[in-house]
Amino acid sequence: METAELTQEEQFQARIDADVRIEPKDWMPEAYRKTLIRQISQHAHSELVGMLPEGNWITRAPSLKRKSILLAKVQDEAGHGLYLYSAAETLGASRDQMLADLHSGKAKYSSIFNYPTLSWADMGTIGWLVDGAAILNQVPLCRTSYGPYARAMVRVCKEESFHQRQGFEIMQTLCEGAPAQKQMAQEALNRWWWPTLMMFGPKDADSPNTEQSMKWRIKRFTNDELRQKFVDMMVPQAEFLGLTVPDDKLKWNETKQGYDFGDVDWAEFWDVVKGNGPCSRERLQARVQAHEDGAWVREAALAHAEKRRQRAETVAA
Amino acid sequence: MSQKEWPLWEVFIRSKQGLDHKHVGSLHAADAEMAVQNARDVYTRRLEGVSIWVVESKHVHASNPDDAAAFYEPANDKIYRHPTFYTVPDSIKHM
Repeated sequence: METAELTQEEQFQARIDADVRIEPKDWMPEAYRKTLIRQISQHAHSELVGMLPEGNWITRAPSLKRKSILLAKVQDEAGHGLYLYSAAETLGASRDQMLADLHSGKAKYSSIFNYPTLSWADMGTIGWLVDGAAILNQVPLCRTSYGPYARAMVRVCKEESFHQRQGFEIMQTLCEGAPAQKQMAQEALNRWWWPTLMMFGPKDADSPNTEQSMKWRIKRFTNDELRQKFVDMMVPQAEFLGLTVPDDKLKWNETKQGYDFGDVDWAEFWDVVKGNGPCSRERLQARVQAHEDGAWVREAALAHAEKRRQRAETVAA
Repeated sequence: MSQKEWPLWEVFIRSKQGLDHKHVGSLHAADAEMAVQNARDVYTRRLEGVSIWVVESKHVHASNPDDAAAFYEPANDKIYRHPTFYTVPDSIKHM
């Protein structure tokens, strides 16, 4: 048989090429496992930290309806984090270790959450733009080669579409309101446009992991491909809202049937990645504090479960 | 301070009456009761279920994928177990 001559690694690649999903107990190259743990845990951390900028506005939402929606959205993000941590655990990563890496600053999360949420319009912009970008990143991940990750992403994507729509609705309401409200929406777009473009990661030329991740079908599109798609998708929506995208190089290109656009400030991107974003320290502090404040609860719940178990044993005996 | 992680539980959900429970993922909880409550919050925020099972992950025993070829081999050469193995004359109805 031909497969007998293939190495384990070649057989693995052949399965990937045939679009056969990899499941937890299957053999996989160590580098594949490590790449996935890094990517999935980063993704999970982003969901967790992503609750903070929006949590900032829960108590100040302009109506009960908006407040309920925002609460549901933030709760979804906690859920998305949990789906993803559980997918990473199927690869042998421990939950405590992943959290410890987040809290020590060793693990990264999406740089977008290190920007402040200054006005209510930022809630609209995060839903519309940031979740819009997240969806573009995430939809191809529903077909990623690792089964548990793909299945988690299917659930995430189903829920994410509500996030984007509620954000767009906030923007539309503001844009149809008083001039001051529309101004608020425009300022939020100005603040978030460039950081959102950074969410797709460095340029392809500066993204050394992309090629291998594409080969393993962890990633299905490159960073630049997704960024282009995003701009093409968002510009008409901004026009619908009557908002101006803050990029003077933005121009329709008839030949490529897409927009040309300006270059991201990569110095800023790398600076935020290194932990120097406007809210980096604050976000991490909030996470660490929440974790430490919850320590006694985790301990007490374990002690309680243990006591009940012992009592049940005594009764049985 | 204890550094112990809450145990891991596998979650199975019946999406509606008449269907079977299906594995949806896992979560950490101190005991079974908390696992069921957490499963409700994590996996059924949009009415995805009418019934939840949780099983502590350490109790799940699984077949080994490396042995799959040999393990499932007995079913490989028994095509006569499938109805398509048999030819039925065209004039025979309801079979």
